[in-house]
Amino acid sequence: MSKAIIEVRDLTKKYGDVEALRGVSFQIDEGEIFGLLGPNGAGKTTTIEILEGMRTADGGTASVSGFDPQKGSAQFKRSVGAVLQSTSLPDKIRVDEALSLFAQLYGTRADRTGLLSRFGLQEKRHAFYGKLSGGQKQRLAIALALVHEPRVVFLDEPTAGLDPQVRREIYDIIEELRRQKKTVLLTTHYIEEAERLCDRVAIIDHGNVIAMDTPRELKQRSAGTTRIEVSLAKPVEAAELRALEGVADCRTVDGRTVLHSTRPPQTIVALVKHLEAHGNELQSLEIAAPSLEDVFIELTGRRLRE
Amino acid sequence: MRHVWTLTLFRLRLAMRNRAFLVFGIIIPLIFLFLFSAVFASKGGPAVAYVLASVLAMSVMGSFWGLSQQLVIFREQGILRRFRLAPLGPGTMLVSSIISNLILMVPGIAAEIAVAHWMLHMDALGNLLSVFVLSALGAVTFATLGLVVASVANSMMETQVINQLLWLSFLLLSGVAIPLPSLPIWLQKVALYLPATYLVTGLERALIEFVPLNHLGAELASLGGSSVLAFFVCQQIFRWEPEEKMPRQAKLWVAAALVPFLLLGAWETKQGGRLSEARSILHSTFAERPAQRSAPAAPPAQPNQP
Ligand SMILES: Nc1ncnc2c1ncn2[C@@H]1O[C@H](COP(=O)(O)OP(=O)(O)O)[C@@H](O)[C@H]1O
Ligand SMILES: [Mg+2]
Repeated sequence: MSKAIIEVRDLTKKYGDVEALRGVSFQIDEGEIFGLLGPNGAGKTTTIEILEGMRTADGGTASVSGFDPQKGSAQFKRSVGAVLQSTSLPDKIRVDEALSLFAQLYGTRADRTGLLSRFGLQEKRHAFYGKLSGGQKQRLAIALALVHEPRVVFLDEPTAGLDPQVRREIYDIIEELRRQKKTVLLTTHYIEEAERLCDRVAIIDHGNVIAMDTPRELKQRSAGTTRIEVSLAKPVEAAELRALEGVADCRTVDGRTVLHSTRPPQTIVALVKHLEAHGNELQSLEIAAPSLEDVFIELTGRRLRE
Repeated sequence: MRHVWTLTLFRLRLAMRNRAFLVFGIIIPLIFLFLFSAVFASKGGPAVAYVLASVLAMSVMGSFWGLSQQLVIFREQGILRRFRLAPLGPGTMLVSSIISNLILMVPGIAAEIAVAHWMLHMDALGNLLSVFVLSALGAVTFATLGLVVASVANSMMETQVINQLLWLSFLLLSGVAIPLPSLPIWLQKVALYLPATYLVTGLERALIEFVPLNHLGAELASLGGSSVLAFFVCQQIFRWEPEEKMPRQAKLWVAAALVPFLLLGAWETKQGGRLSEARSILHSTFAERPAQRSAPAAPPAQPNQP
């Protein structure tokens, strides 16, 4: 196995009374695409910004390409590139000016034409930042994070708030980073993104890493089960339904009943019979293949997206 | 510090694209110049020089508006934190804004002097070297003061309130809007504690009495000393992040920076020369008329010059 390029041990961080991180640990190998998946407020931005040297941890240690991010040395800053979740540029700076400005600040001569075409910004190269669409701004942000050819790339919710088309463009960019053997740490609250892009995923909730593995291994946890989500006319104790045929797990999430079943057809028939016998009624039913969402529900009893 | 020039050029470029620079840096001061001289110096001569001293001082003091607002906007919009990722420190950010302000000051100052000379018949130009050095040093002083304001204030609202208060006290107490000698004697004494007063009296002496640089020791010391101190303070209390608030310790720095002004003011109070000189300049300039002059004390509505 290759050596870890990012090492995080027992990070803790409090904002006043809010415990944002309660001992986060993980390691990322060189060339890996690693995802931090969790709902809003889980502590993703806090974690990634500690690694970028933008915030200080209260406890624990972090090392990125052998540097302590908190020291913020110029060498460290040159070895990492980042897309921040909340940031902007002045409205009156042009796209190509922004690229050459940051290239100069890093002391490199960026291949501006190359970057512009790679990120589909050639036509916009003389446009003011303030006139760009959300997707164009985000692509520029990624281009700016890469002007100095960093070894490690941090992407904090790179596709949040973008429409599906733009999101796919950003996936392609991340796939290209994989081919270039960059180490990427990305945070997301989109299941699909984590499953599709990441070599490994850490699921984070309330400042704790609650599971960490490859997406495939994580899904193995709910192996062989299918998620059946129903809403019922009258509320039912989850325990009551666990006895039904094929049911591996049952719980109530946000007022809906979520069953995990090893034999969906039998379970559905048994469920309908059970409801009829108790004067209850099925109002809606959804069946989904197992995903990281199920892992999250199993671990926390909550849905990833509120 | 290597990147000071890169950032200075970037700021100059943004300023040139900002209409506020043209309006507040050049047009409004010229309007004041025409207005005041029409009222108080219709015959030309030294009276124009007296008016010009006030207008120059006003342009120079306006620096703190532009710079405080720009820094707060950069911080609140998350622009600063994007720069924080690059290998550069607070000093580079701060120095580049002071230098770009200084450069942007030149055309306005030159235009004011040219207009006074060629259009308003101020035949004797005064000691131009002294005028330029005082203006330049003043621009640095007030720019730096603006940077302190930006870091003391936690929001744009607070910045505007502090700016209004400072602007009013500079205008009313330094001799810009009301000649120093026409203030009650106790207020004149208060004025001796403000760097603005040294700027105005210095410009009057240089323009009307042709005082060379080597006789402007107190002015240069006051402005230079306050630049150095204010720069030290603004570096101590600089914040990259919008969420960060000013640490308590920083307030002590700000308080400490006031001490030298108290000392200089006390010294000048004891000497007594400055106030009597201001009186004699006023009387000799407006010999035939009672010394009465009033000028708009209102601050510019939305000065936004970077
Ligand atoms: N600057 C801050 N000041 C106070 N609380 C914060 C700050 N940043 C984050 N938090 C809180 O810390 C927790 C984790 O936030 P964050 O790291 O932004 O999570 P995520 O990126 O996963 O949404 C949240 O409860 C959030 O409200
Ligand atoms: Mg976040």
